Amino acid sequence: MSDEAARRDEHWRRTRTLMIVHLAIWFVFAYLLHWFAPALNGASFLDFPLGFYMAAQGSLIVFVVQIFVFVRQQHAIDADCGMAEDE
Amino acid sequence: MSLIRGTGDFIDNLPRIYGFYTGGFVAFIILMAILEQMGVAADTIGILFVVFTVLIYAGIGWLSRTMQVDAYYVAGRQVPPVFNGMATAADWMSGASFVAMAGGIYMGGHAYLAFVVGWTGGYVLVAVLMAPYLRKFGCYTVPDFIGTRYGGNWARFFAVVVLVVASFTYVTAQINATGTIAARALQIPFEVGVWFGLLGILLCSMLGGMRAVTWTQVAQYIVLIIAYVVPVIWMSNKQGFGVVPQLVYGDAVARLAELEPMLGVGTLMPEQAVAGLKALTVPHSTAGEGGLAAWKFVTLVACMMMGTASLPHILMRYFTTPSVRAARASVAWSLFFIFLLYFTAPALATFTKLQVLDPTLPTAIIGKAIADVSALEWIQKWAEVGFVKLVDSNGDGILQINEFFMRGDIVVLATPEIAGLPYVISGLVAAGGMAAAMSTADGLLLAIANALSHDLYYKIIDPKAETAKRLVVARVLLVVLGAAGAAVASLKLTSILGAVAWAFDFAMSGLFFPLVLGIWWKRANRQGAIAGMALGFLAGTWYLYMVRFAGMEPWIGIDHLRFGIVGAAVSLVAMVVVSLATPEPDEETQRMVDEVRVPKGDSILSSSH
Repeated sequence: MSDEAARRDEHWRRTRTLMIVHLAIWFVFAYLLHWFAPALNGASFLDFPLGFYMAAQGSLIVFVVQIFVFVRQQHAIDADCGMAEDE
Repeated sequence: MSLIRGTGDFIDNLPRIYGFYTGGFVAFIILMAILEQMGVAADTIGILFVVFTVLIYAGIGWLSRTMQVDAYYVAGRQVPPVFNGMATAADWMSGASFVAMAGGIYMGGHAYLAFVVGWTGGYVLVAVLMAPYLRKFGCYTVPDFIGTRYGGNWARFFAVVVLVVASFTYVTAQINATGTIAARALQIPFEVGVWFGLLGILLCSMLGGMRAVTWTQVAQYIVLIIAYVVPVIWMSNKQGFGVVPQLVYGDAVARLAELEPMLGVGTLMPEQAVAGLKALTVPHSTAGEGGLAAWKFVTLVACMMMGTASLPHILMRYFTTPSVRAARASVAWSLFFIFLLYFTAPALATFTKLQVLDPTLPTAIIGKAIADVSALEWIQKWAEVGFVKLVDSNGDGILQINEFFMRGDIVVLATPEIAGLPYVISGLVAAGGMAAAMSTADGLLLAIANALSHDLYYKIIDPKAETAKRLVVARVLLVVLGAAGAAVASLKLTSILGAVAWAFDFAMSGLFFPLVLGIWWKRANRQGAIAGMALGFLAGTWYLYMVRFAGMEPWIGIDHLRFGIVGAAVSLVAMVVVSLATPEPDEETQRMVDEVRVPKGDSILSSSH
């Protein structure tokens, strides 16, 4: 296998892993937590019932931060494997 | 202002240009406030707000006119990530987000937060699965990707059909919203307001296509976010919750939970039905108990998220960035700008509800004498148009929670009046709602017109058409579609939020899996994609028809707002089964997929194809 092909393989393998990690985090904050909202509402955070807080604000903050982190990580992978665009 | 003609100078100067613009808008608000103090009539101020902002957008549209294909379809691919983020946020946040969402939360409590979660989390899918790869592809439209990746006119054609149905459903709701706001602010009949709204929309998009829409959407975002946040901060300040209400309204939520049992929210049910209006019967922060409530929450979240990642007017915004890396960054900025409004919406619903319910506040109406409440200006005004109704069902002359009927959609528009804020704030909110609905309608009309002109006309019907002719066709289509949308909107067939949810379900039923698997599964082939689009879309549409119009009992709580679950499931199964049962894609296609997966190198389609 040529060097270029090996680097492409590695690039795609790492990209896929990153995708799975981010979708796993996304799954927790998009679905799993809200499934248990009634139980979470028993606890409180910043004086909010926790279940309400997560749906009104918490999950949203996680999504925003998550995408900014993803952008950095994916670019690091691209650069590492020599797959980034010329600037 | 020849700067806007798309030279490097203009791009470099963007922060300064929009900085001046924002300053100018704030100065305009202050001027209106001064005029109000000087005794200018409230109606005049409302008219000035709407007319002034719409004229500005039209001016930007005029300055961005173009006859170049790549400027018309993808704004010349030179929009920086932060500005594309703002434009996407305006494109995204429609009349439903601006006008209807806080009202939904006001009436429906926790269950409606599924819209808030779904309409933000969808961007994780856009960033991770879609946008960077579609940018690398270099397509002009979403069917352009489907048509090239899978090959053949049929795949392209089905993508166009799904796009048109989903986007057209969506756009009628937006034109409806522009008509409603224009009618109220300008004091003209709704049917005339619809056409006024359409005129503004076309002025923004017709001459400059994507380039014009991009720069007007940035301007519209600035107006709509100021208009949404200012009243909430004002109210929160008045109620003593400080100037960053989003962080501290926990006490307000707790106060509501304390008041609700006293006022009988959830126990005192209305004794009669008022068509189109509702009394408050759902506690604010309590989550529904049991598996079905949780299931309904997560299925709605899933529909809104997968719909987000399949709606062409959103995906095509990421075709306009200069690079793959910029497309990714731009998704992050989009969600940031959207987040600013979405985390404010539940705060707005909470404060407004407290204004109405809390007996210690002077604005409260529950528990007051009906005669006094009926004399309030905002009650009279909204009752006149049939959006509010007081019914003394137990005849004691006091307004109970189950005797106050309201349409949820009016919460945002009425909040400044409910809270007793100066009229200048009402005018500002009307301008914001107009900006939200216009910007989304623009993006949607352009998505439909571009798919029909580029994919149907140029790629399928007349591949030899010259550039000038293609762009004329695109513009004629834009006008015709806009007129059709306005005509349907003036019939008032659907509610705003319902029509919007349907658009998401249509898009996810037909497009989600063909798009994702086209990038992430090399084995996906033409037959599979056609089966996925056609069967998914048909299954979803059939299910919608059965539960909404033919009286079928929904399967395990999957009602008409969630029909995309059925459509997308059928689409996935059909696509995988048919792909595996037919030969794998040829070598050239497989190499193309490999190329799409890495950012470096040229885009798959050339810059003017």
